[in-house]
Amino acid sequence: MADSENLITVKDLTKTYRTGDIEVRALSAVSLTINKGEFVAIMGASGSGKSTFMNILGCLDSPTSGEYLMEGVDILGRNKNELAELRNNKLGFIFQSFNILPRTSAQENVELPLLYNNKVAAKERKEKAFNALKSVGLADRINSMPNQLSGGQQQRVAIARALVNDPIIIMADEPTGNLDSRTSYEIMEIFQKLNDKGITIVMVTHEPDIAQFAKSNIVFKDGKIIANNPVKDRINATEELKKIKTLAEEKAST
Amino acid sequence: MRILNLLKVAYRSLNRNKLRSFLTMLGIIIGVASVIAMLAIGEGSNQNIKASVASLGTNSIMIFPGANFSGGVRQGASTTQTIKLEDVDAIATRCDLVNHVSPVDQKRVQAIFGSQNWGTTILGVRNDYLTIRSLTIAKGSGFTLSDDHAAAKVCVVGVTVVLNLFGDENADPVGQMIRINNIPVKITGVLTKMGQNTFGQDQDDIILAPFSTVQKRMMSSSVYVNSILASGISEDQISDAVDEISSLLREKHKLAPSDDNDFTVRTQSDISNIFGTISKVMTILLASIAGISLLVGGIGIMNIMLVSVTERTREIGIRMAIGAKGRDVLIQFMIESIVISFVGGIIGIALGISISELVAKFASWPVVITLSSILLSFVFSASIGLFFGWYPARKAAALNPIDALRYE
Repeated sequence: MADSENLITVKDLTKTYRTGDIEVRALSAVSLTINKGEFVAIMGASGSGKSTFMNILGCLDSPTSGEYLMEGVDILGRNKNELAELRNNKLGFIFQSFNILPRTSAQENVELPLLYNNKVAAKERKEKAFNALKSVGLADRINSMPNQLSGGQQQRVAIARALVNDPIIIMADEPTGNLDSRTSYEIMEIFQKLNDKGITIVMVTHEPDIAQFAKSNIVFKDGKIIANNPVKDRINATEELKKIKTLAEEKAST
Repeated sequence: MRILNLLKVAYRSLNRNKLRSFLTMLGIIIGVASVIAMLAIGEGSNQNIKASVASLGTNSIMIFPGANFSGGVRQGASTTQTIKLEDVDAIATRCDLVNHVSPVDQKRVQAIFGSQNWGTTILGVRNDYLTIRSLTIAKGSGFTLSDDHAAAKVCVVGVTVVLNLFGDENADPVGQMIRINNIPVKITGVLTKMGQNTFGQDQDDIILAPFSTVQKRMMSSSVYVNSILASGISEDQISDAVDEISSLLREKHKLAPSDDNDFTVRTQSDISNIFGTISKVMTILLASIAGISLLVGGIGIMNIMLVSVTERTREIGIRMAIGAKGRDVLIQFMIESIVISFVGGIIGIALGISISELVAKFASWPVVITLSSILLSFVFSASIGLFFGWYPARKAAALNPIDALRYE
């Protein structure tokens, strides 16, 4: 990509956990560059360090040592409040277990990041939240409570919440881990559309077919990156969903 | 702007977890209400005791013959006879700080009406006695000064005497003749029923007769007087009145400055002091009840607050992951705790007062709600609520967001 620029640069990122006397090295000297507009899928077996890496990229966790630059600015020297602002303004998070607030309507869940953002006026809040929900196809469910929504819909609320502050990067930790394959494809469709709009996406997954929707795949093993390849036969989620639909229709007609 | 947003966040959080908010409040409600009710009931009994002491007459003065100390040995009052009727007259005329005075001769007697026979106490007194003791005549009339001069055979009886001689408390014995120690005496009036005094003594088991009637017809001595009952013109000057009486009696009894008093002057406040001790015991009891209630209530509030905030660690993690600062989380939880503590406190005060009023109404127990009990319980419960709302929230807010998110 010719017009690409470095969005994220990490150098020699190391994270060690200490449990009693045993020292576990979750990440050992990981270096990586992610460009603007990328769609990266991070793969690896459980315990390979992919989630730890992701959490550090998302400023949710801090590394034991190493260097982390976002848009050329050092991240690790910043204090907690600055990191919180960064998460609020520039990052959007999506979790495997959705992590939306229970007994809270879709609308209010999506408004939540805006309430922590001083720059958004009260009037804008409703509109922004509605637009975010609309962009994930939930315009008609804004007043639904999480327990009235399916897993896929809950995850779409979480995506809307991640989008509402116009982030530059979306971090997704196993976003399809709790969903069936058709719903997973729907989520991937949203991701691909967001990526086409220029939002960088970093996604952790252990499902190879989900990783095929990304532009490049990174593979972790024992806290190290062992492969970093562009995806050859990238799947287009919209087309894939059409195929599934026609297959289902054919089955129904026969 | 920021605070406004956080108020909104806190309001939404309380509103969508109504049951949890209510249960958390319940700790504070019960804590505050129980302390207020307990103290109101306790303080009510305390003041009840004080009031019944005061009903004996707060500024009355009793003068008994005999000294408190004689040669280092404590003499019981009234073991000797030193007070004469002329002392009474002297007090009446010469003591400015005394407004009522009456001699009192007391004797156990047998009263007979028809075939009924009743052992009671007769008091020979002057009319001032009724004033000092705040006694009133329910039926008939009292006796007059001329009755006293004439040693007239008249008397006023209490309702217990009426019950035992006439078979019915409500019988009208005015004008009837009864025999007291074989002397026929006419009943001129009945005293208003007083019931039991603080010591459980029946105050209605009494016959009052003019002093000279009792002294001349029933007592062995016509010179000495059993005791004197007087009253000071005001409660504040009661000790001055005592001094005045003492110096007058010393002069009348011709005591040298080195001699001890041959009489004893006691005031109602001496008796009140005894009750002061009882009241102090009550106060200690109340303080311990309040202390235990507050402690138990406080532990309840602490537990509920700790649990409800701790179980929300994951929520705190979510909020921080989407950009809440530690401070935002803390302010939100403080607002929630303040609302819960204050609303709970106010409901608790209302409940405590209602419980006290119900006890007063249905158990006919006197209750006194004091402002200090309201303030004490409210401030204590609210500060525990605030502290244990703030402390676990602060701990959670200090975590890495990812640790808070993973918290189980």
